[in-house]
Amino acid sequence: MTLDDIRNLTGMHIDILREIGNIGAGNAATALSMLLNKKIEMAVPRVQIATFAEMMELIGGPEQVVACVYLRIEGEAPGNMFFVLPPEQAERFVRRMIGDDSFSFQGEAHELGCSALQELGNILAGSYLSALADFTRLNLHPSVPALAIDMIGAVLSFGLLELSRAGDYAILIDTAIYDERRPDESINGHFFLLPDPDSFSIIFRALGVDGL
Amino acid sequence: MSTAQAVKIGIAEMEVVIAPNVIRTCGLGSCVGVVIYDAGKAVAGMAHVMLPHSSMARGGVINAAKYADTAVEALAQLVMAAGGRKGMLKAKLAGGAQMFSFSTAGDMMRIGARNVEEVKKQLERLHIPVVAEDVGGHSGRTIEFNPQTGVLSIRTAAQEIKEI
Repeated sequence: MTLDDIRNLTGMHIDILREIGNIGAGNAATALSMLLNKKIEMAVPRVQIATFAEMMELIGGPEQVVACVYLRIEGEAPGNMFFVLPPEQAERFVRRMIGDDSFSFQGEAHELGCSALQELGNILAGSYLSALADFTRLNLHPSVPALAIDMIGAVLSFGLLELSRAGDYAILIDTAIYDERRPDESINGHFFLLPDPDSFSIIFRALGVDGL
Repeated sequence: MSTAQAVKIGIAEMEVVIAPNVIRTCGLGSCVGVVIYDAGKAVAGMAHVMLPHSSMARGGVINAAKYADTAVEALAQLVMAAGGRKGMLKAKLAGGAQMFSFSTAGDMMRIGARNVEEVKKQLERLHIPVVAEDVGGHSGRTIEFNPQTGVLSIRTAAQEIKEI
């Protein structure tokens, strides 16, 4: 995104992006609630507009290690979607899913655990995307999910590559999901949606608002 | 006397430091961290490069630090402006990993390797030798360069600190 694109954003545009986060992550939180059989809350989505370097700081610093499921969004409004959570929470999810309390990402041969986490990301991102597609009536579908457990800067920068060709700013739609009732088993995940530069106007027009 | 500072650069940024200060960048994935330094003058510059070529830009103002083909030369100029001597410059690099593996290998999947290739090509064009490198693989890296010692320290999430 260029500075001019950013300057052209109106309050209405920001509201739309926030609503997208709301609808998408709301659907994903419901899917997760059913999967884990517990109530999952969702925070008010944040629409972050910043340079790439600022963006890394806003999400907790580029060095922070996270478990991250990445999907490329294909179709009429392409972009990138990340489901990010602390590695120890990812481990807990996987233990529950595969019924093995000793599972750890540290050890060898965690192929089953990794596919379980990938599948979790697939289900959540899939529900996010299908809600988004219903809302905008755009044709959107996810790629096969990819998994990485590494520094957030290293994984998220991959989602900035398309944007970086068109300027030095990114618009990130960040929605957190959490479970407050069980602090010992708390879940605190983030959905990051990073539409490609051209997708913003397509999304806005699909919802009857002038593009950038 | 001022105390030594660690100057931090972000993605698509570059900066120069003079000893005793050190320079670092965090969370390199497919991006490449390039260091150009003059050991005799204890001056060093670092760039956090995102993309191989400025021809990939879709118009607008080019941020030189973002593209390998523009960053290397701009960085060498910055280092020389800070006292580095042409002909005495050396380079070290790290990064260029492939963070995700997909079955469909698109153009962007190989971006790390392409970044490394272009950085090396530009360094060769400017006759700046690459004296050490830690590139490729599948892990993110945080790097710090000390112009006093000429050592580049590399940290990954899973392994111990490595010095090159």
